[in-house]
Amino acid sequence: MREVAIVGISMIKFGRYADRDFAQLSAQAVLEALKDAGMEMKQIEALYSGNLYQTSGSGQRILQQIGQTGIPVVNVANACATGSTAFREAYFAVASGAYDVVMAVGSEQMGKQGLLGSRGDPATSLEGRVGSYMMPAVFGMAGMEHARKYGTKQEHFALASVKNHWHSTMNPLAQYQKESPLDEVLNSRMIAYPNTLLMCCPTGDGAAAAILTSMDKARQFTTQPIKVAASVLTSDPFTDRDLTLPDINTLTRNAAKLAYEQAGIGPEDLDQVELHDCFATAELLHYENLGLCGDGEAAMHVASGAPWLGNKIPTKYEEDVAPFRDKTYQPKTKAVVNASGGLLSKGHPLGATGVANIAEIVFHLRGQAGQRQVEGSKVGLAHVIGLCSACTIHILQK
Amino acid sequence: MAEATATQGEVRPLVPHLTLGETRDQDYLNGSVCKKCGTKYVGPRLFCGVCSSDGPFETIRLANTGTVHVWTIIHQATPYVQAPYIAAVVDLDGGGSVNTNIVGIEPKPENMKFGMRVKMFTEKVSEDREGNSYIAYRFTPIEGEN
Repeated sequence: MREVAIVGISMIKFGRYADRDFAQLSAQAVLEALKDAGMEMKQIEALYSGNLYQTSGSGQRILQQIGQTGIPVVNVANACATGSTAFREAYFAVASGAYDVVMAVGSEQMGKQGLLGSRGDPATSLEGRVGSYMMPAVFGMAGMEHARKYGTKQEHFALASVKNHWHSTMNPLAQYQKESPLDEVLNSRMIAYPNTLLMCCPTGDGAAAAILTSMDKARQFTTQPIKVAASVLTSDPFTDRDLTLPDINTLTRNAAKLAYEQAGIGPEDLDQVELHDCFATAELLHYENLGLCGDGEAAMHVASGAPWLGNKIPTKYEEDVAPFRDKTYQPKTKAVVNASGGLLSKGHPLGATGVANIAEIVFHLRGQAGQRQVEGSKVGLAHVIGLCSACTIHILQK
Repeated sequence: MAEATATQGEVRPLVPHLTLGETRDQDYLNGSVCKKCGTKYVGPRLFCGVCSSDGPFETIRLANTGTVHVWTIIHQATPYVQAPYIAAVVDLDGGGSVNTNIVGIEPKPENMKFGMRVKMFTEKVSEDREGNSYIAYRFTPIEGEN
């Protein structure tokens, strides 16, 4: 297997694009990634396209917009891990030696479709009659399982929203760039306890693209090649309740273990993490799953300031956080989490997310993240989880 | 005769892991046990996801009582469902876990507790255009056990 580098990257601003289709959104991302790498479409040898709703031919439709060069196209669908799975396929295409220059695109156009999983025939749907299968319920219960084990409070989860919403004000590509103090998060409309509206990610449209080459060719295109130090994909192993309560933890833990082994580093070496905060509850669970803190320490970790930009609670939120802070807790890792604003603010156009998370890490490793730049970032981890269930982890190094 | 049956409609379980009896108080949850590896599943199975075999499976009757493992209160529900309501995962006595609604209790966080003892009942929840009606199970707190 060869070393693989990212030499071109892009992400269009996430939001709602009623006047464009997903292929046009993707074409914009493709164009920006090509420009970033100083390349032309004819140099791309294969395309890996992640899109969840456009189940067939998404990549071909993108090429019809921006360059029908006749290259092989692989279309990928893998729940919320769709974009990152496409990226991983692109990674393997280069690592194996099959191609030297490939592109991964993640895209989605969701519009204002409301709650995921709320559709179905009203006569025979189980939703709301035999429990709830919508994502807010699943991640509400996942948070409650943490509360059951460790006594985590709604406020602890809400702090992840305060943090990520604050981070997003420094990210011009984020769908929302609006701060929300703790009382605003807690007092927003309840969706599924303990997650309020401001603890749920929005639906939206977006696209992101990455160009990968072998490391030995990378310097032809960039002075700052970013090394893909680990690429891992797992699915959910059997657990006693797994047909009832999706287990988002075990497959993330399995993926993290493999990723750290591949990269030859540990969580203490990470400068930053983009993790799958589809709901505020999920963010805290993944602190533990990724080894950013010990089991049962997530509530203390978020309140310690460690995962916040600058590794400390900004003065304006000190009062909000103080009641939940455990002064005896010493964070063992320094990774800033979701400097982009996370899915909670940056947005979560399903197929685009996996590539966009990688793009965010690349921006920082290159020192291009503007106001939200994680100072001196050298190693970053991008995590995505999709239900029923797929988890990807990529570790990127300068 | 066939026509009469069609207009009257059938009474059907909403989920395959609910077995209907002659009357609603005879309804029960069914499960299956893989005879090769012993894994217990809720509902019927043709294949075993643990030992990768085709069983065989023994069909069993699951308990109608259990404890609440986790819960959430859904405020933003799908259009045909009245909110707020309590959605939960219940661990059945003797094994097996099910998704369910908890009813008979006001849907407020302070009314819920982990490990709450609950009991199953069934009722009609919907009807399709052909006149078939669908029976679902729900759980309610057991008086005197919480």
